[in-house]
Amino acid sequence: MQTSAKYRTTEDLVIDIVVYTVMIIVMIATLYPFWNILAISLNDALDTIRGGIYLWPRKFTLNNYRVILSNPDIYHATLISVLRAVIGSITNVLSCLMVAYAISRKDYIFRKFISRVIVFTMYFSGGLIPTYLLMKNLHLVGTFWVYILPGMVSAFNIIVIRSYIDGLPQSLIESAKIDGASEYRILFQIIMPLCLPVLATVTLWVAVGQWNAWFDTFLYNSGKPELSTLQFELQKILQSVQSASTNPDFSASLTSSGRTVTPTAIRATMTIVATLPILFVYPFLQRYFIHGLTIGSIKE
Amino acid sequence: MQSSKKGIFSTIYNQRQLIVLTFPFLIMVLIFNYFPLWGWLLAFKDYKPYLGFQNSEWVGFKNFADLFSDVYFFQALRNTLVISCLKLIFNFLSSITFAILLNEIKNMLFKRTVQTISYLPHFVSWVVAANIVYTVLSPDYGIINDLLVKFHIIKEPINFLGEPQYFWFIAPATEVWKEMGWNAIIYLAAMTNIDPQLYEAASIDGAGRLKRIWYITLPGILPTVKILLIMNVGWILNAGFEQMYLLQRPSTLDYSDILETYILRYGIGSGRWSYATAAGIFNSVVSLILVTTANKVASKIGEGERVF
Repeated sequence: MQTSAKYRTTEDLVIDIVVYTVMIIVMIATLYPFWNILAISLNDALDTIRGGIYLWPRKFTLNNYRVILSNPDIYHATLISVLRAVIGSITNVLSCLMVAYAISRKDYIFRKFISRVIVFTMYFSGGLIPTYLLMKNLHLVGTFWVYILPGMVSAFNIIVIRSYIDGLPQSLIESAKIDGASEYRILFQIIMPLCLPVLATVTLWVAVGQWNAWFDTFLYNSGKPELSTLQFELQKILQSVQSASTNPDFSASLTSSGRTVTPTAIRATMTIVATLPILFVYPFLQRYFIHGLTIGSIKE
Repeated sequence: MQSSKKGIFSTIYNQRQLIVLTFPFLIMVLIFNYFPLWGWLLAFKDYKPYLGFQNSEWVGFKNFADLFSDVYFFQALRNTLVISCLKLIFNFLSSITFAILLNEIKNMLFKRTVQTISYLPHFVSWVVAANIVYTVLSPDYGIINDLLVKFHIIKEPINFLGEPQYFWFIAPATEVWKEMGWNAIIYLAAMTNIDPQLYEAASIDGAGRLKRIWYITLPGILPTVKILLIMNVGWILNAGFEQMYLLQRPSTLDYSDILETYILRYGIGSGRWSYATAAGIFNSVVSLILVTTANKVASKIGEGERVF
């Protein structure tokens, strides 16, 4: 019925035209800005000032990337970003899995108490200053662990993993218990392998979140260049360019390094460098990204 | 009495492994999420870092009094509310419309391509997004200005991010760019739960596509819309710190300063710790009241549709 009568009415045709037009506009509006930044990053820095770089570089050069990549700080910042993404996602997912498993057990005596305590954290926070002072008192300020520990137990991830475990057959746990398996063994040898899809989803979320974070670096580790992350370096460039518009010395200082680069070129190039890992993994992983959101939210 | 006590202890003993799996993390949550609440006492002191918490002087409600007599606090509060509300409206309208249009596409390959592209900005950081916004809106080489000048809509390029009057529009617009596709997922999921027979019956009865959208798709996602709307009311004092901080300029502060950026400037920037804590408490308490009220309303509207 659908195929033979596809354009039976002009209404159908008009709606299709509107839908496809809007979708094409959405795609262009989403992708063009990324593409434009890429073109600017590949264009000669001085030439870019003339304007008019839209789709393709006018004077193609890899100079901007050479300047950025000849800076040893960038490699170090990348290393810290990768480390926090890897360590942060492993610790977060493991801890959330343990809690989620325990509170999925209907007979667990502290189940209600723990769920409440954890879910409540989604709706309030101690605020910027008290949290900062706490980190200071715990001697986490100026350390790598300030990236990992505060966010390790995440309420939302626990809820998502828990609803997934709830969907597994409970008889698995029962029969394993009758066979004398310990809770640890049930969790790590039976439940965890079955949870791989949801664990993959949550791992990706946490890894992306860790990769994208800059505010904790800004707040706690501004004074420690060796703990700087890629996003924080990018943020510093963004802020310095903002002040550079009123401060001509900034652009002048960049030409002294032998190669001529401008704040605009640096900004575009750094943006691409910081985005590249996500752009690279994105097409392979995007189906996992959404998986958890739908199980986390649709379950009623 | 004795036996029930024994019962509790033996249950605890039997479940010791589950306790081992949860208590270390419970303690972490208590430290990192609940302990800062104790820091709220700072708001009632005149905290001086060199004196420490114990020795700083108690000042009662002085910080709150100062807060409520500060013009800039009310300006930040106004901006927070306006920006949040605009974002709420823009986000809902755009993502619902997008989901409905996407649902009308029969070509699966095209549909998946559009969807995949539309989530992409959700996964980049606000720093990257802010850089992109800066580039696109730049008065020197930004595409928006170039297009507007080329089509003679404006004569001179506009410094969009530097002019305060545009900020209330730029904040929700950039948020839509970043999050529309992601927010639409949940509506699309709700649409897949609508019984296809409804569409068939309607088209046999002669309903065109617009009518089917209006009488079947929209009512089908209405419960989801309601719940999300109620949930979002609780976040109305969170206008999106990272985005605002990265997009605001000193010249636009009159319209771009929100409570959280205000707290950051006064707290860590000017060293008025206690004052900033008081502002933070105001933010948390109002949010908490909004969330619990919204949650109550949600539980009244639909059974089992509470958030917590």
